[in-house]
Amino acid sequence: MAATVAYDEVEVGTELPAQSFPVTRATLVQYAGASGDFNPIHWNEKFAREVGLPDVIAHGMFTMASAARVVTDWVGDPGAVVDYGVRFIKPVVVPNDDEGALIEVTAKVAVKMDDNQVRVDLVAMSAGQKVLGMSRAVVRLA
Amino acid sequence: MALDQSFVGRSYPPTPAYEVGREKIREFAEAIGDPNPAYTDPEAAKALGHPDVVAPPTFAFAITYKAAGLVIADPELGLDYSRVVHGDQKFSYTRPVRAGDRLTVTSTIESVKSLAGNDVLEVRGEVHDASGEHVVTAWTKLVARAADPEQDGDA
Repeated sequence: MAATVAYDEVEVGTELPAQSFPVTRATLVQYAGASGDFNPIHWNEKFAREVGLPDVIAHGMFTMASAARVVTDWVGDPGAVVDYGVRFIKPVVVPNDDEGALIEVTAKVAVKMDDNQVRVDLVAMSAGQKVLGMSRAVVRLA
Repeated sequence: MALDQSFVGRSYPPTPAYEVGREKIREFAEAIGDPNPAYTDPEAAKALGHPDVVAPPTFAFAITYKAAGLVIADPELGLDYSRVVHGDQKFSYTRPVRAGDRLTVTSTIESVKSLAGNDVLEVRGEVHDASGEHVVTAWTKLVARAADPEQDGDA
């Protein structure tokens, strides 16, 4: 694997470059097609409201994929990710307008481990609420 | 209705092989808006030490969730799928999924719990390649929300 970040150059507390990811209804339709997850709560407002949601919501796995980018963009090689886990604590609500929603992701190095690995803790917010909890990636650095 | 604890540890037969194609990886990377060239350019992937383009880390879910469908739909387990939401997701990688892989998934029920009337099911999906080598394990926690007493008569 070819991570571009050197283990010796990071410290506990090192912040990864933060990123924001816009999500519109079109994003969700495209993600549904690519992932094979056609649950109507991700594209059908009427259905979403009938099952008690405020509106159409993003696929949790889309949010998880977006958050992962902060890590893979930092390290360069997506193959450097050793472990990655999240808890879905709030849905990302995506209104049917031109703006949609925004997923804002920040991350920092939480633990330096053996074997050039670090644990990165991520925070993902949308509309002022934390949408992912216990969001952690273990990455092997150079 | 609480799920039967005796299902913990139950394994389901390996799925037929899923063949990972370059264009499927490209389609997935475009759908998550990720321009990393390791997903689309074989030369860029090789420069990182991979034999072909690799898939984004969460791509494996598309394969393991389909396999978990066998568990979810098991009539003996009795999970109410219409009430299921995704609670947690975790992956542990031996290596990234890459183009040309022929992957099989073996699903196992890792835990069955009842919390505040919700049924919580954790399924482990172990993904192996054609040579039998481990690629990734995915843990998916599904929560079947408690039935609404006003709608369904009992909680």
